[in-house]
Amino acid sequence: MRTIAYLLQKEFVQIFRNKQMLPIIFGLPIVQLLVLIHAATFEVKTVPTHIVDGDKSGASRHLVERFVSTGYFTVVQFSESMKLGEEDIKRRKATMVLVIPPGFEKDLLTRGAAKVNIILNALDGGIAGIAQSYAAMIIAGYSQEIQTEIMSIAPPSAQTQAAASGNTMLAVRNSFWYNPELNYKHFMLPGILVLLVSLVGLFLSSMNIVKEKEVGTIEQLNVTPIKKYQFIIGKLVPFWMIAMFELAFGLTLGKLIFNTPIVGNVGIIFLSATVYMIVVLGLGLFVSTVTETQQQAMFIAWFIMIIFVLMSGLFTPIESMPPWAQVVTLFNPVAYFIEIIRRVLLKGATFGDIERQWWSLVAYAVVIIMIAVRRYRKVSD
Amino acid sequence: MAITAENLGKHFGDVEAVKSLSFHIEHGELFGFIGPDGAGKTTLFRMLTTLMLPDTGSASVLGLDVVREYKNLRNRLGYMPGRFSLYQDLSVEENLRFFATIFNTTIEENYHLIRDIYIQIEPFKKRRAGQLSGGMKQKLALCCALIHKPDVLFLDEPTTGVDAVSRKEFWEMLKDLKAQGITIVVSTPYMDEASLCDRVALIQKGTILNINTPEAIVAEYGKPLFAVKSARMYELLGALRGFSFAHSVYPFGEFVHYTDSRAEAQPEEITAYLAGQGFTDAEAHSIKANIEDSFMALMESPSGQEIP
Repeated sequence: MRTIAYLLQKEFVQIFRNKQMLPIIFGLPIVQLLVLIHAATFEVKTVPTHIVDGDKSGASRHLVERFVSTGYFTVVQFSESMKLGEEDIKRRKATMVLVIPPGFEKDLLTRGAAKVNIILNALDGGIAGIAQSYAAMIIAGYSQEIQTEIMSIAPPSAQTQAAASGNTMLAVRNSFWYNPELNYKHFMLPGILVLLVSLVGLFLSSMNIVKEKEVGTIEQLNVTPIKKYQFIIGKLVPFWMIAMFELAFGLTLGKLIFNTPIVGNVGIIFLSATVYMIVVLGLGLFVSTVTETQQQAMFIAWFIMIIFVLMSGLFTPIESMPPWAQVVTLFNPVAYFIEIIRRVLLKGATFGDIERQWWSLVAYAVVIIMIAVRRYRKVSD
Repeated sequence: MAITAENLGKHFGDVEAVKSLSFHIEHGELFGFIGPDGAGKTTLFRMLTTLMLPDTGSASVLGLDVVREYKNLRNRLGYMPGRFSLYQDLSVEENLRFFATIFNTTIEENYHLIRDIYIQIEPFKKRRAGQLSGGMKQKLALCCALIHKPDVLFLDEPTTGVDAVSRKEFWEMLKDLKAQGITIVVSTPYMDEASLCDRVALIQKGTILNINTPEAIVAEYGKPLFAVKSARMYELLGALRGFSFAHSVYPFGEFVHYTDSRAEAQPEEITAYLAGQGFTDAEAHSIKANIEDSFMALMESPSGQEIP
């Protein structure tokens, strides 16, 4: 016990003496939370729009107004020529062109239907899709309003006729659960926190252990009667503690800055984080056993991290991955922890709700620690 | 017997780093493994200090087998690797305290062992180990290897990269430690350090060429040896090699060391021959062989045995 306590003390002295370490521990969470959360969002805030109003009527102005008032569409230019609109798309000045053909109002009033044309630059499919659905919603809303107006003008017989032909309004009301404002930051924050503790756990631990090899101190340590488990505990526990601190620090920042909801029990999050960190630190130990220099360790850790993060559901939902990739994510501890932390923070999941993920992490932790500890040897062959 | 090795061998792939070595070292001896870089000294030390498993043979240190009883052995041996391997970001004092603690002892308990060495670096005890000079690093490493009062001390090339004054001091320290009854095994590429050991093993390409006291090794040098000098050294080498009685000729500092194959050769015969070759300024003195001469002679004989 005295040996472990002393190893821990030595480790902390070294960590806090390292000039790059403190900025990493305190700077990384702040930068990740402040920068990444704003950057990693799929919300489409502004769609530069060119409006070709060939009608110039009250109805067309009304429609344009509806587009502008949403705040999602910013008008870059009004014109009457389709050609100018196309030009703007080519020159990337506009992402969308809304074409209101001449006779729009007349058609609406006489035939009860009129056409508008929407042209989108679909180079970025995501943005185009979202802009299209926004536009469709606005137009649908507009046509509803117009129809009611027309019907109220039309003779009562026509009204009953329309009702009889099944043309009644069907109001669709969306309600978004667990994140009612569809706040992307609330959705991203838990995932970013997972990324943060994983980086700390994997990179710092593997590099720290390899450093002993690189500098040669491992040679001196290995001839001492220090036990394997003492060495491993002495190496991993400091980073476990740092990661837990980072998680608490990150959650606090999230609460203070973004007012992230913490619906569930924070205890469940830290309990899961404890197991998750054992997995990550075990991986770090494993990486350190297969490398000789900090550079190699960093490269391998980076490679593992990138795959885990891209397949974790942090940026892209696992549900939309091909079936084989979904199977691969079953072996991804990052995916489990992201799911746990998102569910507990945003949905208020209880332990029973995340039990499957929790036990998966436990199993993972046992296996990875066993492999890593077996590979770590004090004697070389 | 402090250390015994029987057919101890280790290979890395096709390279036989250590070839089936057998030797023994007495208690309280200051024993030197002398050989050039790549001779297998570090591999041998790593096996004797339980850091590496031998492929063939066995070895025991203090009666403990290096493979089976490594746990007990680690408590009783001190090892100073060739590379400085203390924590550069910890201070002198922190390093020492760290190694004392993981050996379950304290600096105070064994301070008498390291006092003479430690007082030299004590003024810098708050300084980080990485900022010490080479000689001071060496002293700190020695302190750390000694702090748990080992019965046997392995020093792998302790004087490599250390200035001449520090080297001399270092050997003085080893003598003091030997006086305290610690068996010391040291390796070095410097031939001149051989004479400071009780016994030495000359090692080359994983084989021991000879084991004996430095005096005996030198005495075994069987042929008359001459130091020859001339203004034109390079041509002198060629001329001497052309001499019909030449046994070996190699440059040695400002001289050429020349061994004659006749037991009764005289320096005058050599100068006379050289004068005939146009080296009128040539001087030759009969000299006593040193360890390096013996090493050169042993290296040239293919069997690794004494010159026939």
